[in-house]
Amino acid sequence: MSSVHDWAAPNPVTTNRSGLIGKGVDRYEGPLKVTGTAPYAYEVRPPSPPAYGVMVGSAIATGRIAAVDTAEAQAAPGVLAVWTHLNVPPQPPRGTKAHPRSTAGSRPALESDRVTHWGQPVALVVADTWENAIAASALVRLSYEAGTPDVDFSARLPDAGQPPGEQDVEIGDFDAGFATSPVTLDETWSTPIQNHCQMEPCASLAWWEGDKCIAHTSVQMVKPAQHGLAETLGIDRDAVHLLTRYIGGGFGGKGQTYDDLTLAALAARALGRPVKVAFSRQQMMHGTIHRPATVQRVRLGAEKDGRLNAFSIMTWTHCHQDGTFTEHASNFARALYAAPNRLTGHRLVKLDLPGAGPMRAPGEASGTLSLECAMDELAEQLGLDPVELRIRNEPAVDPENGRPFSQRQLVRCLREGAQMFGWDRRLPTPGQVRDGRWLVGLGMAAAIRGNFLLPAKCSFSVDAEGVITVRQGMTDIGTGTYTVLAQIAAETLGVPLGVVKVEIGDSELPPAPGSGGQFGAASAGSAALAAGMNLRRAIAELATGDPNSPLYGGDPERVTFQDGVVAIENRSETLAALVRRAAPDGLTAEGDSRPPPDMREWSTQTYGSHFCEVGVDPVTGEVRVRRMLGVFAAGRILNEKTARSQLTGGMIWGVGSALTEGNAVDPRHGSLIGQDLAQYLVPVQADIGDLEAIMLDEVDDKANPMGIKGVGELGNSGAGAAVANAIYNACGVRVRDYPITPDKLLAGLIAKGM
Amino acid sequence: MLTTITVNGEARSLDLDPRTTLLDALREHLLLTGTKKGCDHGQCGACTVLVNGVRINACLSLAVAHDGDEVTTIEGLGTPEHLHPMQQAFLTHDAYQCGYCTPGQICSAVGMLREVEAGLPSHATRDVRADAVLDGEEIRERMSGNICRCSAYPQIVAAIAAVAEAES
Repeated sequence: MSSVHDWAAPNPVTTNRSGLIGKGVDRYEGPLKVTGTAPYAYEVRPPSPPAYGVMVGSAIATGRIAAVDTAEAQAAPGVLAVWTHLNVPPQPPRGTKAHPRSTAGSRPALESDRVTHWGQPVALVVADTWENAIAASALVRLSYEAGTPDVDFSARLPDAGQPPGEQDVEIGDFDAGFATSPVTLDETWSTPIQNHCQMEPCASLAWWEGDKCIAHTSVQMVKPAQHGLAETLGIDRDAVHLLTRYIGGGFGGKGQTYDDLTLAALAARALGRPVKVAFSRQQMMHGTIHRPATVQRVRLGAEKDGRLNAFSIMTWTHCHQDGTFTEHASNFARALYAAPNRLTGHRLVKLDLPGAGPMRAPGEASGTLSLECAMDELAEQLGLDPVELRIRNEPAVDPENGRPFSQRQLVRCLREGAQMFGWDRRLPTPGQVRDGRWLVGLGMAAAIRGNFLLPAKCSFSVDAEGVITVRQGMTDIGTGTYTVLAQIAAETLGVPLGVVKVEIGDSELPPAPGSGGQFGAASAGSAALAAGMNLRRAIAELATGDPNSPLYGGDPERVTFQDGVVAIENRSETLAALVRRAAPDGLTAEGDSRPPPDMREWSTQTYGSHFCEVGVDPVTGEVRVRRMLGVFAAGRILNEKTARSQLTGGMIWGVGSALTEGNAVDPRHGSLIGQDLAQYLVPVQADIGDLEAIMLDEVDDKANPMGIKGVGELGNSGAGAAVANAIYNACGVRVRDYPITPDKLLAGLIAKGM
Repeated sequence: MLTTITVNGEARSLDLDPRTTLLDALREHLLLTGTKKGCDHGQCGACTVLVNGVRINACLSLAVAHDGDEVTTIEGLGTPEHLHPMQQAFLTHDAYQCGYCTPGQICSAVGMLREVEAGLPSHATRDVRADAVLDGEEIRERMSGNICRCSAYPQIVAAIAAVAEAES
């Protein structure tokens, strides 16, 4: 494809003749998941019994390992190996890319005596059983020269600088616009460190077949995992076969691999037997990435009619000493509201904490928690309805770059959401509605999340039974990839869903970008459509060129595909019969997809609105989410059922962000205080009331050939702000320091004399 | 330590390290990996199995303490070809995404319905002397020991409610 305009031509997905596209079919891999027979990485059966590796985390945040005593651990029952930086097999220096096109460099494990964060893996114990390994791991004696951890984010705010290669973005003259605005708001919000808490802790299983490493792991992107492991092991990229068939949650935290993979592969090579290594739940908190804390200053200057004249969101955030990751909490706002004078930017400070990194809706998830509450506060100042304030600031084109929107139904999401939710029942003055002991309030927020298309490849095969097999180095982290690929294949080839097989999560399959940034379905699906079209062409040519086919001599362009039958008008045969006779070894076609250059001429986003009703107990400060509605516009929906689940899941993440989730740093040790699921509180069943997600009809023909967009992160954007705004409407207390826990709310309630 | 546990109707004799949890005995010794390890501390519910019909966290229990017990795991409820009604309901209602908490959710739901049937109240039960009415609030309260980070909570409630209604 050389232009987005080529996407206007009909294709089997957009024509959707059988109606399978969009249909809420059950998950392809569902029967395996509900019976516990889908093997996740740690559960794959290796060719011989595995040994068990257990990692030991550092007990300091910064400094060096001064002395190592592994004698007792070595002598413990069943122990096969004890490694520290002193005796780990040599690995190429960090970042080495022996192959120039590797998508990741070497990431040596147990790299040196240097400790850069608390809980950093500093030793590995391998034993014949998990019980022996974990017991011996407690016998590894390490002493440290500990430095003073530099982990106090708020104290270091004045030192924060521009993230590398970034500049503030100013349009117009923000200061002048803000100074001359009749109504202004200048408030600061803070959001805490958040942990992904995927239900499956990161885990890897590796063994070697000669010089080839077979590695099963839990990762969202296949190629960087394969390349990174090969570079770390110092072997050719093709000598690593990396598989990740089932992934117990990712949310950005498994966008990269960790030392479990490296150590399993190294130990399997050293011991000559399969080795598996898993993070414990506690190790996940420090050993993997987290969403960093932010401080966000929002300034809004408005005319008395609500039109924004000046708008700014500035974000301070942190990353680890060796990193550059920035939680871009200001970026999303650049496309959201019109205002002639605009200033957005970020400041970054490096701390002795574990790695900061992407977590579901990076940027939007944090940023909407400030801006969408600021809009609520501004609406109150103006005496305007919060929905109406947003509609009055709806831009005609992207307010930062002037590009037309490919599709933008934000106003429709706001209006229809308000109507469906019963928003007109909201009383603008807080604290007016009681239900027994509860103060009840309503709140809303807008949602926005960018849309992306990344290069991908895919292959389609048909065999002599008429079975279509989709093969792609893609992943399914619970998003529905298996299912939507099967739907695209069935619709494209005109076959029943039951004859489609999907093979993904394998480095030896055609590469795809993996799952993240809600780009998965669009990127992988576009390549699948291309492969399907190429297989259609190959089948049509086979039929029309085969003297034994009833289609012989016909125009390949006129061959139709429906119900497993290929036809030209009334001449037809089954796909299986054709392939069995004319190509008994089957047919395979490849397809690839990449974004055309002119895609950048449009501003392409996904949009939504959230409406929430909460109850606040004025005596205890307890907040209950009573009901919640999200209305979303995200292009064509491939599967109504799985897309809805993604959206409601994201909304519940918003509830967690608003009410319970957050980790704190222990300044003495530089560790995170919440180290498990009893301390870091993700939402549970009882936290969630009635919750619904509605998807508006939409086709975005500038997004990709299918007109689809992503939904995995959109639901999380703005959801927490809707909860916070409902809390204010219920009780009149604004808490700008997330999460809004009872202690903070009680302080506000007491201050108000309630 | 020799231990005999009846797992999914079959007596299994195991010579176990006494430190082995029921969860690791199932996963690493009997290769029944449907029961998941999410936290190993009884906080997430992914390891929920039925012991003598009652739901427990298999990670908090030593295997040798279950000599003579009957354990039902997710594999014992149904197979991909013959799904248990609760498994079918989770499939139909999309009551899962990544699937890792799912076996624990399903075993927990099956055990929970038995508790309701036996008249056991919960924190959400308004009148503990009367039979519990299995509304959404009751289901949510009784299923709060099973975390789903993908947050399929509304779909899980719908799946369980559908099974409960079909059974009643």
